[in-house]
Amino acid sequence: MGFNIYDFTEMTHNMHLWFLERMSPAMTTVVEWTIIGVCYLLFIALFGLFLVYAERKVCAAFQQRLGPTRVGYWGLLQTIADFLKLLMKELIMPKSADKFLYNLAPFIVMIATFMAIAVLPFGKGLQTMDFDIGIFYVTAVSSIGVIGILIAGWSSNNKYSLIGAMRSGAQILSYELSVSLSLVTMIIFAGTMQLSGIVEGQRDAWFLFKGHIPALIAFVIFLIAGTAETNRGPFDLAEAESELTAGFHTEYSGIKFAFFFLAEYINMFIVAAMATTVFLGGWMPLHFGSLESFNHVMDFIPPLVWFFIKVCGVIFLIMWFKWTFPRLRVDQILTLEWKYLLPINLINILLMCLVVLTKFHL
Amino acid sequence: MSELKEIIISSDKIHTDQYLVNMGPQHPSTHGVLRLLVQLEGEIVHHIQPHVGYIHSGIEKMCEAISYPQIIHLTDRMDYLSAHMNNEAVALCVENALQVEVPDRVKYIRTIMDELSRLASHQLWWCVMGMDLGALTTFFYGLRDREHILDIFEETCGARLTVNYNVPGGLMFDIHPNFQKRVKDFLKEFKKKLPEYDQLLSDNVIFRERTNNIGYLSLEDAISWGVTGPSGRGSGFSCDVRKHEPYSAYPLVQFQEKLDTKGDSFTRYKLRIDEMWESIRIIEQLIDNIPEGDYAVKMKGVIKLPEGEFYQRVETARGEFGVYIISDGKKNPYRVKFRSPGFSNLFALNKMAAGHKIADLVAIMSTLDLVIPDIDR
Repeated sequence: MGFNIYDFTEMTHNMHLWFLERMSPAMTTVVEWTIIGVCYLLFIALFGLFLVYAERKVCAAFQQRLGPTRVGYWGLLQTIADFLKLLMKELIMPKSADKFLYNLAPFIVMIATFMAIAVLPFGKGLQTMDFDIGIFYVTAVSSIGVIGILIAGWSSNNKYSLIGAMRSGAQILSYELSVSLSLVTMIIFAGTMQLSGIVEGQRDAWFLFKGHIPALIAFVIFLIAGTAETNRGPFDLAEAESELTAGFHTEYSGIKFAFFFLAEYINMFIVAAMATTVFLGGWMPLHFGSLESFNHVMDFIPPLVWFFIKVCGVIFLIMWFKWTFPRLRVDQILTLEWKYLLPINLINILLMCLVVLTKFHL
Repeated sequence: MSELKEIIISSDKIHTDQYLVNMGPQHPSTHGVLRLLVQLEGEIVHHIQPHVGYIHSGIEKMCEAISYPQIIHLTDRMDYLSAHMNNEAVALCVENALQVEVPDRVKYIRTIMDELSRLASHQLWWCVMGMDLGALTTFFYGLRDREHILDIFEETCGARLTVNYNVPGGLMFDIHPNFQKRVKDFLKEFKKKLPEYDQLLSDNVIFRERTNNIGYLSLEDAISWGVTGPSGRGSGFSCDVRKHEPYSAYPLVQFQEKLDTKGDSFTRYKLRIDEMWESIRIIEQLIDNIPEGDYAVKMKGVIKLPEGEFYQRVETARGEFGVYIISDGKKNPYRVKFRSPGFSNLFALNKMAAGHKIADLVAIMSTLDLVIPDIDR
């Protein structure tokens, strides 16, 4: 069972065979799924904590402060301490809340993020599900989260929560269009919806560079719409704390609030990972056509590292938005989508079709 | 055709109720314990009824039991961001009643401190204006610069917020030897930092969209509701007490009363930024020319005002602040009434925000620059 940091295909295949030798096929499936599930749980928990820490440090840098410094070196244990605190907090439920839906909502939000994360290719062969319709699956599954938000707002029996939830519903439904259409642009270019196939297609150059202007426009639109989809940055209307106290999760406390909180950060990761996979070459190293020695050096860096460098870059961009821009109003958010992004997107798809038809990119 | 008619009729029966939301007493954007009873239809605000009195501390009544120098200490606690101006209003009122002429040095120092307070107040307003609109970074930019002013206050007055620097007849003590140097250093630094405010917020396209043509207040409404300060001047209401009824060293300095007639949120915002530039100008004219002399005139141990009514108004960072004292010749006043700018400004909120969205209500409220203890005296 060789461990190859550049290609996990062989390793995972050997692991599968190793299990098959020792137990029945059905049992193998169960064991493998359990291992994968535990891995994802660990990853989400750890990366979520890291993102919260990163957000605090990034925001501190923008605001000319230091951020957390007391708990652990450079405040590294701060987020862990915060989550321990949240775990120990009392769960308060409003008296007149719809109990079943109120308890269900955080799980729906979490499940949606878990499902979306399953198809992301972290490295070569390091992908749990490699659907033919990978992109379609991600867009479909990630929009389940809004149901959780709507339920949370409705069941809390709080007017602020309801306003927040309705805003979130209107916003995510609209921006889902832009996300999908900008991805459709890239599907036309890549010729496949399979995420591994899309990454393979960027072996010589990333789609962002290869796809000319349409790809660039699609990338910008994807970033804007993706930020809106995660309810972050200038689009955090659903939880606008200066207007709606805390929006849809006003009435949630303790670990249930932590679920919404964590889901927001993992959603940010998913958007960044999709942007990385579709536009920035996924786990592929940075290559320039003729610079042979440069390309070799880049090849030396493992794909996992590449993937996370790119993801963190995109996440940094999204955080930058949040800590710079004021919040939009609800009608402005819808105007931006329906009057600007959507028409631009549709024209962009036409442009991309022209590029592909004329084989301009080859 | 009849089917269509039916649909119209039946859709008429759908009862879409307006609903009430209590914004406050605990709400992040009211910056204190203010309660707004907001009538909403979906996101649209139909009517706003402010309910005040949650932190009413009875300052006016308390004043009847204490002596005039003691009243000054209470005025700090009303509009704590314009503490020095409030102090000055009472001090001036008592001085005018007793017909005491204070030395020029006092006038100069009072004016400089006024303008420093105004700068500090506007900086804090700018912080929370950004924060109310969701731009959280502005908060720390504003506080960064405000800190320098508070340090100057601390050095000279011993306090950072509730300065208590005025006494009837002058100042409590002379300025710190470092005062002039530190103020000049601060101004030099702040003139570089103020354009950052524009870069971060004023020139931001989202911010412009959020404030342009939002929260219109007409000149008639501004006058009839008594909206003063930058909020009133944004509607073209020339109400700067420093110009119309100059006190302290204001007759001696060159400055403009910034006026605009557009009356929307952005105008009120812009005027406050402009006012900061004017404040810098005023301080620069005075800081090098503080005359030598006493920092206070000798007053009697127990100050008794002659019988009668006395009124003095000053321009605070929020607008016109008035002190109305009725004296029956004793050492404490018979009745004191404060005219606070925040109270009048708050009740014009319904005129401005009705018909806009909830998010705009928050934005408009922050352009009024409310300080709740100023409203609930």
